[in-house]
Amino acid sequence: MRWFWIDRFEEFVRGRRAVAVKNVSLAEEHLHDHFPGMPLMPNSLVVEGMAQTAGLLVADAIEYARRVVLAKVAAAEFHFDAVPGDCIRFEAEVLDLKPTGSLAKVVSTVGDRTQGEAELFFAHLEPGDGVPQLFEPQQLLRWLDQMHMYDVGRDEAGQPLARPDW
Amino acid sequence: MPSRDEIFEKVKAALVDALGVDEEDVSPSATMVGDLGAESIDFLDIVFRLEKAFGIKISRGELFPEDVLSSSEFVSDGRVNAAGLAALKSRMPFANLTKFEQNPSVQNFANTLTVDDMVRYVESKLAA
Repeated sequence: MRWFWIDRFEEFVRGRRAVAVKNVSLAEEHLHDHFPGMPLMPNSLVVEGMAQTAGLLVADAIEYARRVVLAKVAAAEFHFDAVPGDCIRFEAEVLDLKPTGSLAKVVSTVGDRTQGEAELFFAHLEPGDGVPQLFEPQQLLRWLDQMHMYDVGRDEAGQPLARPDW
Repeated sequence: MPSRDEIFEKVKAALVDALGVDEEDVSPSATMVGDLGAESIDFLDIVFRLEKAFGIKISRGELFPEDVLSSSEFVSDGRVNAAGLAALKSRMPFANLTKFEQNPSVQNFANTLTVDDMVRYVESKLAA
């Protein structure tokens, strides 16, 4: 299984907010194992999608200088299950951002219904002892390109987001 | 400057949100780690919430001096030495370290900080 829980960014405003979508498909293997005979997207993986949306928003804001890891789900509430055929839309907003950590709120919606809401706390770890490198720079950049981050991204001044020269 | 009770109420709200504990669990004498179950990452979360609630700035290591507790200068054989105790006292004038001094093992430190220490800390920041 590939650990990609968002398919594409639709909006990305540096340091402020991002919107990403995830299409739930019956072709995904994990849907069949959670409750056999009743395929649905486990909310733990919805949280992963929320964390990828908000985590990349934060990592970009600190220019990938530290490793951004989901440290804590401070609050989470879900109203219904996402099922095959649903398009989940994650709307992430940065509530607080400091060198050592950040707090973000993410709302997931399917159509016009709110599917879930969470407050996520990220720790920003300094690379070094005990903190592994999570991605090769080129691998990360390829992933960001595949998600169209630099097609839709804007910086604080509303200008197109500069693609890093890694 | 808010009263002690007002500070306590706001600290309590921050701890309820950060630690997912019930309001009645947050008594002044409750220990942060032993009674309220705070883990190291929670202290970062608590710092965020206290800064927001009181409009104060909390520097890294000010509330929980992990740098002292992990320094070979201040810790020998898992115990905080005399220089370390002096450093903790000077860094954390708001904390009551009397009990910790009797058995200053690093592991014990986690159970030293109380909710009352948090309130005193915020009070000292607001007064500064």
